Amino acid sequence: MKRKSKERIISYILLLTASMAVFITIAILYALAAGAFRFFADERVSIIEFLTGKHWVPSGGTPSFGVLPLLAGTTLAAGGALLFGAPVGIGAALYLAEFAGKRVRAIAKPILEILAGIPSIVYGFFALLVISPIIREIFGASYFNAMSAIIVMSIMILPIIVSVSDDAMRSIPKEIREASYAMGATKWETAVRVVLPSASSGILAATLLGLARAIGETMVVTLAAGSVAQFTFNPLNEIQTMTSYIAQVATGDIPPGIAVDAAFAVGLLLFIITLTINFIASHIVAKIKNGGWRRRRIR
Amino acid sequence: MEKEEDKMNEFKSIKASHFKSKIGVAITASCFLIAVLFLIWLLFSVFSQGINRINLEFLTNFPSYKPDKAGIFPAIVGSVYLMLLTLAFAIPIGVGAAIYLAEFAGNNIYTNFLRHLIQNLAGVPSIVFGLVGVAIFVRFFNLGRSLLAGSLTLAIMSLPTIIVVAEESLRVIPRQFREGSLAIGATKWETVRYHVLPYAMPDIITGIILALSRAIGETAPILFIGSIFAKTPPSSLLDGFLALPLTIFYWTRHPNPQFHELASATIIVLLMILLSMNGVAIAIRHRAQTRREW
Repeated sequence: MKRKSKERIISYILLLTASMAVFITIAILYALAAGAFRFFADERVSIIEFLTGKHWVPSGGTPSFGVLPLLAGTTLAAGGALLFGAPVGIGAALYLAEFAGKRVRAIAKPILEILAGIPSIVYGFFALLVISPIIREIFGASYFNAMSAIIVMSIMILPIIVSVSDDAMRSIPKEIREASYAMGATKWETAVRVVLPSASSGILAATLLGLARAIGETMVVTLAAGSVAQFTFNPLNEIQTMTSYIAQVATGDIPPGIAVDAAFAVGLLLFIITLTINFIASHIVAKIKNGGWRRRRIR
Repeated sequence: MEKEEDKMNEFKSIKASHFKSKIGVAITASCFLIAVLFLIWLLFSVFSQGINRINLEFLTNFPSYKPDKAGIFPAIVGSVYLMLLTLAFAIPIGVGAAIYLAEFAGNNIYTNFLRHLIQNLAGVPSIVFGLVGVAIFVRFFNLGRSLLAGSLTLAIMSLPTIIVVAEESLRVIPRQFREGSLAIGATKWETVRYHVLPYAMPDIITGIILALSRAIGETAPILFIGSIFAKTPPSSLLDGFLALPLTIFYWTRHPNPQFHELASATIIVLLMILLSMNGVAIAIRHRAQTRREW
């Protein structure tokens, strides 16, 4: 009898620890929503202006809270990183899945793990102090510029893009490739015309995961891309992203008050955007895992 | 005669497509090479700038506005404390949750819901956890900008990863282990405690160390909480603290280029700590795999 009650207590404790996920989610939603609520309750702010305004001037006499410049900054930085990173990542994955020998594959894995394991602050250091001077020299960019952050972030998102696309390509049955070879196709033709289209949903998921990571990246854009919110798509300009505004508030560069509450509203928007992208990507990955490939193509 | 020409053309086109194939392979190989070269460039530039700055004084001195006297002692201590406290919070909850999901949970709506939550929490940007940390731990629980608030923030950030790796480690233990134990009358918890957990432990520890090495390199979540003004190591849980990533951040932004060298030196120290943590993790996994009898 005693044993049974002990068993029951333990299973409740375990259930409680697993339910921490619920508490954490509630904590996130509460923190963001409460801050955002304080922000929108202020008479100087309206939701419409927040979502459509083109001026982000958080402090000073007449503050203005239009989030579009921050959204443009995030779009420029993350979109630019994806523009470089996705083709290179998919190319590298194609090489590793289809052409590389065992020895190259064996060294590729740890190299990608190291790239993924280097803290983002180190990438930020590299962007500001190594890449940025080169960009300034060649293109005459401003001291802080989006370009240096874009270049470094495109490398940062490689590990996730390569590993997810590589998994997708390698889950294509061998028979499909062999059928293509038997028809006289070369390795390249097989890779591009058979493997790539068959793995397309996995590659899409990989790209979305890379995009979500780039959107959420903070330290690189904070260090290298600057802190001037501008509605611009010129990568040589100084910009501010959603994440780097929150970081600017965090470092105390902005006086407390409404500008700090604004960070929570921006954080809520960031949370919603990354959650949506991750949600779509994880759905695609789950579909592939459940054998969606075979069902769609063969039956 | 005509047939011969056809054959020649066919041969040429085969040759052309094989040539094209080689070019294609070379292009994709160079994509991979870009990643390798970038990594070498990054490590080289960090090491060449910072290695001369590393000496005993740098490791044992306190931060200073004079670059020649500045050291990272409080940052090292702060990072180590953060790591230990994060471990203390994240391990019991993370492993408990993993045991629940792998061994106890029924296949019902709530379990499914938990899994979805955990998966989505893993994708939340780290700066969002910074906001949560400051709103919940610093203000709501009134812990202030303290070591305790910082490590709780890092703990909730790394929990999803820890739960996922721990659950995977439990799932690879063969079913027969559980059946054997249950067959001789052990309860579910006894089975897990004595016949599943011990075998899964090396993998779990490996996963936890890897998750922790991510957390300790993070800057964004503790940007709100840590402080550059905490120039002495924390002596209680409620003291302010400094950490290695924060030090790198402030010195990289410093206008004086001498501090950039100090930032590189700090990066080297951080990378060495991460490298040795990874080394320990790999060693544990390797040892367990060679000793495995099943």
